[in-house]
Amino acid sequence: MKVTNTNKTKTAPSFFDSKETIDGDIATINFGPTHPATHGIFQNILKVDGEKILSSEQTVGYIHRAFEKLAERRPYNQIAPITDRLNYCSSPINNMGWHMTVEKLIGAEIPKRVEYMRVIIMELARIADHLICNSVVGVDTGALTSFFYPFNQREKIYELYEEVCGARLTTNIGRIGGFERDFSPEFHAKLKSFLKTFPKEFEEFDSLLARNRIFMDRTKGAGPISSQRALDYSFSGPNLRATGIDYDIRAMKPYSSYEDFDFIIPVGVNGDTYDRFMVRQEEIRQSVRIIEQAYKNLPEGSFKGEVPDFYLPPKEDVYNNMEALIYHFKIVMGETEIPEGEIYHCVEGGNGELGFYLISDGGRSPYRLQFRRPCFIYYQAYPEMITGSSISDAVLTLSSMNIIAGELDA
Amino acid sequence: MMNDSLKITLENALTEKFPSVEFNYSADEPSVVLPAQEIHECIQFLKTNDALCFNYLTLLGAVHYPDRPNAELCMVYHLHSWKHNQRIRVKANLSIESPEIDSITDLFTGANWLERETYDFFGVKFNKHPNLKRILNEESMAYFPMLKEYHLEDETREDKDDRFFGRF
Amino acid sequence: MGKIENLEAINGEGYQLTTLDKAIGLARANSVWPLPFATSCCGIEFMATMGSSYDLSRFGMERMSFSPRQADLLIVAGTISKKLGPVLKQVYEQMSEPKWVLSVGACASSGGIFDTYSVLQGIDRIIPVDVYVPGCPPRPEQIIDGVMKIHELVKTESLRRRYNDEYKHLMKNYNIDIQDDE
Repeated sequence: MKVTNTNKTKTAPSFFDSKETIDGDIATINFGPTHPATHGIFQNILKVDGEKILSSEQTVGYIHRAFEKLAERRPYNQIAPITDRLNYCSSPINNMGWHMTVEKLIGAEIPKRVEYMRVIIMELARIADHLICNSVVGVDTGALTSFFYPFNQREKIYELYEEVCGARLTTNIGRIGGFERDFSPEFHAKLKSFLKTFPKEFEEFDSLLARNRIFMDRTKGAGPISSQRALDYSFSGPNLRATGIDYDIRAMKPYSSYEDFDFIIPVGVNGDTYDRFMVRQEEIRQSVRIIEQAYKNLPEGSFKGEVPDFYLPPKEDVYNNMEALIYHFKIVMGETEIPEGEIYHCVEGGNGELGFYLISDGGRSPYRLQFRRPCFIYYQAYPEMITGSSISDAVLTLSSMNIIAGELDA
Repeated sequence: MMNDSLKITLENALTEKFPSVEFNYSADEPSVVLPAQEIHECIQFLKTNDALCFNYLTLLGAVHYPDRPNAELCMVYHLHSWKHNQRIRVKANLSIESPEIDSITDLFTGANWLERETYDFFGVKFNKHPNLKRILNEESMAYFPMLKEYHLEDETREDKDDRFFGRF
Repeated sequence: MGKIENLEAINGEGYQLTTLDKAIGLARANSVWPLPFATSCCGIEFMATMGSSYDLSRFGMERMSFSPRQADLLIVAGTISKKLGPVLKQVYEQMSEPKWVLSVGACASSGGIFDTYSVLQGIDRIIPVDVYVPGCPPRPEQIIDGVMKIHELVKTESLRRRYNDEYKHLMKNYNIDIQDDE
């Protein structure tokens, strides 16, 4: 029997394409705040006509924890645990971004080894973030198997974090000026084995979904946005790259030695759920490539820069050396001299351009610290993306946009 | 930081259109200070001008300076030009008695929620904003929490003794 | 099938004599259906607990019920803000008896590091809590320890507990209406 293989599937004209509505009332459905499919707490009040969504109204702020006001109270090194809890799926990136902002303010010189170590940790965090997002997109289409396998890989990444800082999720990794200690031999062993086994396990996960007929039918065309509208909404990160615009801070304004590495920035075509999924998958592969390059070329040197005003001196010095004792006291009490200034520094977070706008007036805590949170900015486009689609497509669009509630509300 | 030819183009173009502009190069990015009424026009000019082309809105927010009479709230708009890979800050000073400024949602749709957040935290009123109401705090909240005179903690706490937490 | 511990019982050919409390407690404890009310970072650790490395389903908690009507255990993981408080209370009231509450993480137990104007300083200000799991976020082993303590409570709870005066007084303190159908 001959089966013709056509690339285009013919679909019947869909109700969702028509401009007419069924005769009947318009129903109001509450999508949230507690809903199994919204991974986080946000509410959307949808007006639906049958299954077709006509409009939606959003409410956010259900986990508003007042980070910006909290930061005005705390000295500079105590703000790092708060930045952890912004995008908690990839908290090392937030930590590093904060450390780099303060280093930019005080004008510190950072050794090359520290920058390469930071790149390794940040790319691991990016892999972890994208793994969660993509496995959750799978879960929302009904594919539960694709949830368990990537989470196993995440456990390996957690073990790597634990070797450096001791914590799994909210890491508070690194210090202003570098790292608290050099990479231990166990870290090297675990990273080598991770780099050997992860690509194969990842391809197994990829083969479950990426060219799966059902998954493609489900996600192609769900929640599209054009690149012009995405620019109007100030999108950034994988969501913007899925529409075709290759805006990546790591390439546009490289920080922490990213210019030394060779990597591709994947872009999509339509800006729909399938493109977002595929962009994230490819970014995971590119992140593995960056980690391999950084690890192979890891330069010799110190694991910390010379910032005595912020970096705690070693304990032997504190007990034997007067100067170290004074620095230790000043750092712990938060009484170090901090220059006045106004800095904006941004890093490429898991969701896009994560920025820190810091105004310092010389006091022990920032005068004003504002976080540029990518989730908050691109979630505004959600009603536009789901108008005219069905409720199940709305669920998929929400999970493919990777809305992290901690970053949304701060 | 900013290359000289772009600096000259920017200064000439802006001084021609907005005579009362001030330039400030002391921070890491150049900033441009204007009166509040001219901000909308200036941002529109910066966005549409072909030589400058500041096409991306990065962030907008406010800063509270309680000890500057008649200029307590400073609105800061961060713009980014992809053509020149250059960032710029456009600032306007507002007084706390009447903190009003025109909204820029017609230029950048993404400014919608950022302006709502600024209203929620500082009380800045944006004229012609499509939906100006509180976004992160509860609607019934009676004050604007990010202003310097308000406490971080809830006033009705009864179990935490401030003396033990270093707060006075 | 795991090994079910021996009930104190009188065994014979074809019959086993024990108290109803113990049999029902055993059945309830090994099939608790949780409602994960996961808000922030602790939610991700809870997802890791549900994953395959620290499997929660070996304790009978595989079926996550997101509908309060069908849930036994309300697991609150993450920060609860004042805006979300009424929502949480409504979810708790919609659950049917018997129900237990597990508060996972420092933010749910006491407000955590966020002593700010917008964060509820502990969910026990609005609903009664049975077990608290401290940590920021707690490791999955700690969450499982909390779940084990809930199982102990469930196993040893008297069948008449929800009808006695002490329980009614507790609910009245929280302004939670319970149906008095005695």
